[in-house]
Amino acid sequence: MMLLGGMFKKIRAIEFGVLNPDMIRKMSVTAIITADTYDEDGMPIRSGLMDRRLGTIEPGVRCETCGNPVGLCPGHFGHIELARPVIHVEFVKVIHQLLRATCRVCGRLLIPESELERYRERMERYRKRWKALSLKLAEVILKKALDVSECPHCHARQYKVKLEKPTTFYEEREEGPVRLLPTEIRERLERIPDEDLRLIGIDPEKARPEWFVLTVLPVPPVTVRPSITLESGVRSEDDLTHKLVDIIRINERLRENIEAGAPQPIIEDLWELLQYHITTYFDNEVPGIPPARHRSGRPLRTLAQRLKGKEGRFRGSLSGKRVDFSARTVISPDPNLSINEVGVPVDIAKILTVPERVTEWNLEEMKALVINGPFVYPGANYVIRPDGRRIDLRFPKDRTAIAEALRPGYIVERHLRDGDIVLFNRQPSLHRMSMMAHKVRVLPYKTFRLNLLVCPPYNADFDGDEMNLHVPQSEEARAEARILMLVQEQILSPRYGGPIMGALHDYITAAYLLTSKNVLLDREKASQILIAGGYRGDLPKPAIIKPKELWTGKQVFSAFLFPGLDYTSRASICLKCSECLKERCPVDAYVVVRNGQLLAGVIDKASIGAERTESLLHKIVKVYGTDKARIFMDSCFKALLYLLDRHGFTMGLDSLDLPEEALEQIKSVFSKAEKRVRELLDAYHSGKLESQPGKTLEETLELRLIEVLADARDEAGRIASKYLGLDNEAVIMTQTGARGNIVNVTQMSACLGQQHLRGERIHRGYSQRPLSHFKPNDLGIRARGFVFSSFKRGLTPTEFFFHAMTGREGLVDTAVRTSQSGYMQRRLINALQDVHVEYDETVRNAENVIVQFRYGEDGVDPAKSYHGRPVIIDYIINEVVRRRHEQGKG
Amino acid sequence: MSKAKAKLDFVTLDLVRKRLGELRDLLPASLIRELEDKLVNSGIKLTEEELDLILRRVLEEYEDSLVEPGEAVGTVAAQSLGEPSTQMTLRTFHYAGVREFDITLGLPRLIEIVDARRTPSTPIMVIYLDERHRHDREKALEVAQRIEYTTIENVIKSIELDLATFTIVLELDPEILENKGLTVDHITRALQRLKGEVSVDGYTVYFTPANVTDLIKLRKIRDRVLGLKLKGIKGIRRVVVRKEGDEYTLVAEGSNLSAVLNVDGVDPTRTTTNDIHEIAEVLGIEAARNAIINEMVRVLEEQGLDVDIRHIMLVADIMTMTGKVRQIGRHGVSGEKESVLAKAAFEVTVKHLVDAAVRGAKDELKGVAENVIVGSNLAPIGSGMVQLLVRMGAPLGERKNEVVEGDVKSDSK
Repeated sequence: MMLLGGMFKKIRAIEFGVLNPDMIRKMSVTAIITADTYDEDGMPIRSGLMDRRLGTIEPGVRCETCGNPVGLCPGHFGHIELARPVIHVEFVKVIHQLLRATCRVCGRLLIPESELERYRERMERYRKRWKALSLKLAEVILKKALDVSECPHCHARQYKVKLEKPTTFYEEREEGPVRLLPTEIRERLERIPDEDLRLIGIDPEKARPEWFVLTVLPVPPVTVRPSITLESGVRSEDDLTHKLVDIIRINERLRENIEAGAPQPIIEDLWELLQYHITTYFDNEVPGIPPARHRSGRPLRTLAQRLKGKEGRFRGSLSGKRVDFSARTVISPDPNLSINEVGVPVDIAKILTVPERVTEWNLEEMKALVINGPFVYPGANYVIRPDGRRIDLRFPKDRTAIAEALRPGYIVERHLRDGDIVLFNRQPSLHRMSMMAHKVRVLPYKTFRLNLLVCPPYNADFDGDEMNLHVPQSEEARAEARILMLVQEQILSPRYGGPIMGALHDYITAAYLLTSKNVLLDREKASQILIAGGYRGDLPKPAIIKPKELWTGKQVFSAFLFPGLDYTSRASICLKCSECLKERCPVDAYVVVRNGQLLAGVIDKASIGAERTESLLHKIVKVYGTDKARIFMDSCFKALLYLLDRHGFTMGLDSLDLPEEALEQIKSVFSKAEKRVRELLDAYHSGKLESQPGKTLEETLELRLIEVLADARDEAGRIASKYLGLDNEAVIMTQTGARGNIVNVTQMSACLGQQHLRGERIHRGYSQRPLSHFKPNDLGIRARGFVFSSFKRGLTPTEFFFHAMTGREGLVDTAVRTSQSGYMQRRLINALQDVHVEYDETVRNAENVIVQFRYGEDGVDPAKSYHGRPVIIDYIINEVVRRRHEQGKG
Repeated sequence: MSKAKAKLDFVTLDLVRKRLGELRDLLPASLIRELEDKLVNSGIKLTEEELDLILRRVLEEYEDSLVEPGEAVGTVAAQSLGEPSTQMTLRTFHYAGVREFDITLGLPRLIEIVDARRTPSTPIMVIYLDERHRHDREKALEVAQRIEYTTIENVIKSIELDLATFTIVLELDPEILENKGLTVDHITRALQRLKGEVSVDGYTVYFTPANVTDLIKLRKIRDRVLGLKLKGIKGIRRVVVRKEGDEYTLVAEGSNLSAVLNVDGVDPTRTTTNDIHEIAEVLGIEAARNAIINEMVRVLEEQGLDVDIRHIMLVADIMTMTGKVRQIGRHGVSGEKESVLAKAAFEVTVKHLVDAAVRGAKDELKGVAENVIVGSNLAPIGSGMVQLLVRMGAPLGERKNEVVEGDVKSDSK
């Protein structure tokens, strides 16, 4: 959209067509006849490929056609008159079809007139109403006309036309195949009447078929093929220029030979060569011919290559654009920031700017910024005067004069400062939460800082991740960012209708430690925690008054909850007993929050974790709104970290110590498993093993062995976890969901278990054995990748190898998966990107075709739902009933 | 408390039902059902005022949760499916319940579904049985035998060629025969379809083909004999009986829906396959749409990924909206778009441009990709869908209420 004298210009549609020779000549500023580019003095040769009339690429030189300097001259086309017509490769398929479908004498479609008449009528009807159908009909008509042996109009005999890729046509006459020269092809195409073309889906106004055979070649402006000057002063020309040089040289030679009356074979050879050059000029990857190469041997990047592919014009330059006002640096965590904030280094804040219009009310402030200039932090980089002139504040010595000249209506491009809204992004941008709006906090040092709770939506960690930041420049963009994209508005994921942000790792550990039973805090400790979270109310009544005032951890946690909040659920540490004892749960896993008071249960991942639906956190967001949820997350979670800081939490080697007794038991589990394996192997060798239906004996054996070994590992894990209670740091982390799972603990303390490769025991490597340390065909457990050792005890060399093999498989898997799922997502996005909800509640695509009459059958937005459900009925009923009780009391 | 309670006037269930009935047009059926469950069947006692309050708040909250016009539900659906797919495993897994079969799940299966491949890499049918057969293992096995494709090769212990008499000697396995519910008779009858003489000696069957005098020919005939169909349905390689809840069901490797539905003892209303194209052919496009949804839900659930069903429904609807199952990709949904630029920006750029030039196509710039390409400030979606009804620039008095930037409904032009 361009603003021209108060008028908005907007591209409404783009039409496609084929340039006709007259048009090419008309839009050309000059014919190009010299194959050279520059003369000895380095001046462009007139009528050469670098003619000054084709536009300018050198700074300081004005274009000879339009008189504009670099940036403003759009470039102008030239043209080459071809000595002989040449076929355009991209159209050979269409040409071939046309030659087969039309009469070689009269040029009509090879369909009787009566039928044509019928088709014309139908086509007319379709064109008005069903565009897609008219395309289909065109295909049908074309198919019908193909390869008819006699013209129904002039009764001329028709021959088969063969295409020899890429650009040679033969007609199979009785006397044998005869080559059709481009001149003849062009003549035939000229004969096809407009009305027949319309029937086969060609618009003769925009694409007469004879234009598919080139007689004039447009020469693109130099701006399209700029030459670059290397430091050594050597000029290096663009690939397209190289190609055009070839074309002109051959064209001239062909012309001279024709004029000199050279023998036919020589002319045809040159003609063929011209065809080759023009073909590769359009597409240098045409199958069947060798690609044109640069002197260095690198294939030239010609027109088709420029458009195609990921880095091509369409995907690389048009669908994805480079932007100004952006920054990128390493990220690091800062739990003291709000989730809505992002810490921006001062150095970046001094470069990124926000245009701010000077008004009476901010005049003084803006003056101060301008005086500070670009190098002192709260400053400004540019001033834009109402006439559009831009003053760069880097150079003037006296900025006070500029500051004094500021008037309302001026625009100051001031430094980024606290409270500005910016977009923050981490690649891969897989969902909309990969780009959220944050409020700026300008901070010292050189990294972007973000609250840890926003790590899950960005999928960020701090092992060197970098992120991007963009500064919206218009008021509309800022408003949209603030209202739609702010982090707190994205807490609920549209994927499953639950919070994607929430506690992780240490937050969960801390919550567990705080809310465990028999956590009692004295006045000082309780106040400290509350203050850390920014709590500003009174201390609640202490749970214990004598001998000393003490508060429970649950009371402290409850201080951050909102009155009226009700919630009942099970914690992560729940043992999943067959009969739930509810409030009397032995591990305190039954969580009850009544009227904002945590009455029972511990808080862990199930209640406040990220990506947990129907949790305490979820309920807070749903019932109290995103603002309150943000406040809860900023305050309570900060307090939790403070607590963990003070309490200390370390997992060490001793966390994995198992008592002698346990080790004994594990040993016996393994010996039992080994015995069982031996039995199975014996049964297999003696042929007593019965195969499962549809499986070979070997497969059955493997299956059974894997089963036995998996059971053994699980059993070892069970024993290990029996001896490691909830006082063990490793177990606390796994049980509360903070980090890891019980298998990790087992592998560290008891036994690594079977290593798998592609779902099977490891069996390949050397012939008949995975490693040379084993006998061939040893099916025993050790020889097939069972690791008895634990990480703590250490692996034997062979075990270590097996483990490394599995580890490598995991890496390969991830690499393959990312590319596959990335492509799938690209296709999904492309297929669905235009689908939207209309004002009539229907779901439609870009063509206004209805996809769904009601979105998702109930019209509910998953992002606004409670895990897919539109309303939490229970909550409403409970609240209404509770109101009755309260009224009854009052 | 007790005093207050005594004073309360509780509503009758009939009134609750009546009120719910009034809401039937305003709330989706699932919500009405849930309300019924919680207000009528739970035995909760409410006053009329409370009931009205509850229903009013439910209605309010429902209306609050509706999608807003302009919402880019397509992009959200694509992201909601694409993002979790990065977390999926690549390998195939055993099918819960039936260990005999490997079944493609995870990312490969998801890709298979959106690709709309003609045949799944592991076709599986779940066959439900009718009232007569589903409670008894033996009866279920009978149906299984009818379905499983069995050839002579499956039931013999050995096959030999008697070169003296040019006879093929088949040694049958009585146990397998019984398992498959076959007798020697079946074998002889099958052999009689070939030209030649058949004779039986216990479980040994002799077959002397007519006019065979050389070894090569005999070997050829041996292969034909081995491939002779005894019973079953083509394409069904293996059938396993499984207990599901209180009934027996069959799980079959291979798929042939139309034939299986006609087998006696099969419950055609519940029997399914994971071959989406087959479902589209046999049961119609709506069934195919549901099959796509079910298959995707199954893959995601098995991987423990939580994706709202509305996203999956949208993908399934896009794939089936034309009445045919279309692929998500250049040979389907993306390839059939009207916009030249959108197609060119996706894949096979040059071909789309050339086609457009020949046709003299016009890109109306209605979609997102096109508007990004030409660099308009807003694509016509979300907050960019809103349009202005005044003429900019014209003096106030002359302003007419007309849509300036193109009509929302283009066909009204």
